[in-house]
Formats: sequence, structure tokens, C-alpha cells
Amino acid sequence: MEHAELEAQIDRWRGYVQRRQAISPADVDELEDHLREQVADRQATGLDDEEAFLVAIKRLGNLDAVSREFAREHSDRLWKQLVLMPEDPADAGATPWRELAIVLALAVGAGLAVKAGLTWIEGGGVLARNLGLLVLPFLTGYFAWKRRLSARVVLGILVPFAVLAVALNAYPFTSGGSTELLAVLHAPVVLWLLAGIAYVGGRWRSDGRRMDFARFTGELVIYFTLLALGGAVLTGLTFAVLQLVGADLEPVLENWILPFAVPGALVVAAWLVEAKQNVVENIAPVLTRVFTPLTIAMLVAVLAVLAAVGGLAEVDRGLLILMDAILVLVLCLLLYAISARNSLAHPGVFDVLQLVLVAAALAVDAVMLTAMLTRIAEFGFSPNKIAALGLNLLLLIHLARTGWLTVGFLRGRRPFTALERWQTRYLPVYALWAAVVVLAFPPLFGFI
Amino acid sequence: MRIDKDLVAASATPLVLGILSDGDLYGYAILKRVGELSGGGMQWTDGMLYPLLHRLERLGYVSSSWGTSEAGRRRKHYAITPAGREAFADRQEQWTVVAEALRQVWHTAQRPPAVAPGWA
Repeated sequence: MEHAELEAQIDRWRGYVQRRQAISPADVDELEDHLREQVADRQATGLDDEEAFLVAIKRLGNLDAVSREFAREHSDRLWKQLVLMPEDPADAGATPWRELAIVLALAVGAGLAVKAGLTWIEGGGVLARNLGLLVLPFLTGYFAWKRRLSARVVLGILVPFAVLAVALNAYPFTSGGSTELLAVLHAPVVLWLLAGIAYVGGRWRSDGRRMDFARFTGELVIYFTLLALGGAVLTGLTFAVLQLVGADLEPVLENWILPFAVPGALVVAAWLVEAKQNVVENIAPVLTRVFTPLTIAMLVAVLAVLAAVGGLAEVDRGLLILMDAILVLVLCLLLYAISARNSLAHPGVFDVLQLVLVAAALAVDAVMLTAMLTRIAEFGFSPNKIAALGLNLLLLIHLARTGWLTVGFLRGRRPFTALERWQTRYLPVYALWAAVVVLAFPPLFGFI
Repeated sequence: MRIDKDLVAASATPLVLGILSDGDLYGYAILKRVGELSGGGMQWTDGMLYPLLHRLERLGYVSSSWGTSEAGRRRKHYAITPAGREAFADRQEQWTVVAEALRQVWHTAQRPPAVAPGWA
């Protein structure tokens, strides 16, 4: 091409201007048209490409000043707007409406499945085992459609799903037994891994895509919570009004609204996170910065209380389960903080804070492991104890290596990506462990 | 001669509205027309024209539509609206008053005393 260098320069300039929040893509088009006209006119007076481009850029003015002027006129643009449905039909095509229709259909489908489960499945235990199986296929289905999964990947998701479904329903669980409870708690983790495979479009080996899934999970939790809060306010107000006129909404809420609203909100939240990922700043970095110091304070308080109590063998089983929950929460926070961090940024105060968090969590984990081993030595094995012990060992390895890599990063010995890669490589281990708990524990322990 | 930038800013709106009242134009053509009208004396920072056009559009003085240039690029054309013509007439009255007052000032003001030759 004759003017390749000029085209490259205009391209670079476009990229540079596009980063200005106050200047919309349409404005960039308009400015580019101006720039090209100016360049053409300069060329007509005998300047070469390079000179013409320089003059045109100079005449366009200081980009900061121009961008400030745009911002003054369009201050609303500094609030990035979430566009779910493009207004301009030309660049929309048919897909957004089709996508909305599919999302709504899947949301209703998830609601119908849960409602059917509530109606026809006898016994709370059986229903609890199947709840994830009823909802997750719709979420996974959305990603399967969105990513146009190949038949091989779909098969790779369906087979484990079927195995899980058969095991959860064919095993002769003792009603209310601990292996049943463990299966109920661990099955969603395996299902979430399957949803993750659909989310990454079958490219499950890619570290970057795995990290995307971690980000997606965090944002999904936030969006789902927001939807739930909004829904609660709406239902509460309706309740209050209907109560004044003497109508009782409670059976309707229990039998119809909740079974449809909760799974439906999950699917809709997934769609919102998908649609917004590039448009709105993630709230995650803000939340992790707020909650990391608070979580450190909580862990230290917990450690102090545990130390004050003394004899760890008497520590209640309920407390150990709670502590496991806290550690999992810490891990989620850590993972989210890592996923939200710019991997090229230099080590900062927050990274030190993160290391403190890891150290506190490790200390708590060590106390927990000691308590568990003491309990096992005293009372012998039980499925609950082995499951908890396994989870704690997994957490210990995860946290220890994270702490080690963070130290390396803070001392400038390792890149941040090493830390990221460790997280994404290790995550599937949890799902594998969950699969072991669901599939192998019941037969091993006689379905008690 | 450089025109003071406050003066450029004050005259920008009536100039753009006046140019558009002769017919629809796109940004670069408006600037070229400004250059012709002032004999090259008025040099705007090109980039500043667009926020101004967007402001006039928000005020309802001009309307815009996307078309394509001869080269096939997306190009935004601006046209003056009835409200814009009213605003233009209003500005014209204001500027006439200002210009008349200035004319009298130029006329009556004393020229600075000339330096007597031979003493330098």
C-alpha cells in the first residue's frame, strides 16, 4: 500500500484518542474524518504524508484540552453507560434481542425446573441433592449457546453431569446422614467447574480464560446480591400493601415467587455480567480493598479467641465447619483481589496487606488442622472429619504457595503472573476433591 | 495577525450558525469556510469545533445526521434548525449593537500621539 505509514499513524492516533472517556467512538469517527480531510488538503499543497499528518495533528489541537472540552459538553459520559440493547439498529443486528429472548427463556426454564422439583420430588434430602442439577444446566446452557461450544466440549460437560446426577440419585443415602450432607455441599462445586468449562468455551487449559471465570464468578455474586436486594425491597413493599387490604401473599411467595425468582435471577445476573464486562469498571477492586483489611482484623480476632479458649480437642464441630467457611471466604477474597489486579503494576502497600492476610489465614488454618488431627486421634475417623481435613490440607497448600509467591513478588524476584498462574492452575483441584467427596465418600463410608 | 482567543470564542457560535444557514456542512468544511471568510485571519483549534457543534446540537440550534464522504468514510453533517435561525437572528442584533458602539469608539478615540521625528 502506498500510504501504509500514514494509515498506521492514523490508527495509532485513533487508539490514543479512543482511550479518552469523554470522547465517544462516534466522535472519534468524526475527528478522524476531519483529520483525513486536513491531511488530504495538506498533501494537495505539496507536503508529504508525514508532514501533512503532523500539521493536521497540530491543527487539531492539544488532545487534553480538546478532551476536556468534550467532557464539559458530555459530562454524563464520564459515567460509563451500560448498553444492553444498542440504540443504533445498524450495528445491532438481530442478536441482542435474540440473546435477551434466550436468556429470559432459560431463566423461566430454570424456574420451571425448580418448581417441578419442589412439586414432584418427595423428601427434603433428595430435593437438596438435586437442586444444583436443576438450575446449573440452564446457566451452562446459556454459555454453551453463547460460546458456540463444539460437540466434543458439550459431551465433555454432559458426561460428568450425568455421572453426578446418577450418583446423587442412585446412591442409597441414609436420610439426613453425613455423607448425604457432604454430597449436597460438594456437588455444586463440581457443577460450577462444569459451568466454568462452558464459560471458557472449552479452552479450559488457558490461564487467562480461567482467570476470567474467577472474575465472572465474583461479579456474578455481586450482581446476584444486588438483584436479590432489589427483589426483596419490591416483594416487601407488595407484601405491606397487600397486608393492608387483608390479602396474605406468603403462600404465593413461597410456592411461586421464590422458586422462579432465585434461579431466574442467577441466569439474568450471568447475562448482565457478560454484557457489561467491558463497559463498567469492575466493582471488585474497590470491594477487595475495603474487605482485605477488615478480613485481617476478623482473622486476628478469631485467632485470639481460639487461643483464649485453650484445649482445642473440645472445640465444637460446628465451630470447625464455620472456620472452614471463613477460610474459603478468605480464599475467594484473595483470588478476587488477584484477578482484579493489574499484573504489570509494581508491588505496593496493598500487596503487603495481602501477604498479611495470607499469613493470618495460614495461622488460622494451622490451628484448625491441629484441632482436627487431635479430634481424629481422639474420636477416630468420620466422613465429616476426613472431608474437612482434606479441604484444610488443600487450603494449606494453596495459601502457603500463594504466600511464598507473594514474598517473591514483593522482593522483585518473581513476576505477578507467577502468582496468577498458581491460582488458576490450582483451582480445579478443589472441584476434583469435591467430586471425590460426592462420588467416593458415600460408598467408602457405607452411605451413613 | 492573531485574533485574541476570547474574541474567537465569542464569535464562534454566530459564525457557525451563519455558515450553516447557507446550507448543510460537515465539520472540516465549516472550518474551511471560517478560514475563507476571515481571509485566514481566524485560526481555530480544529478539535474545539466539535464540542461546540455538539453543544449547539444539544441546545437544538443544529441537527446532525451521518452520511458518507466521497471516500466512503462515515461523515457527520450538520444543518441549522428553526430555533438555530432564531438564535442566529438574536446574535446578529447583539453583534450589531456591539459593532456600532465599537465603530463610534474607533472614530472618536484619539490616536496615540506620534513620536516626534529626529529625537530618537
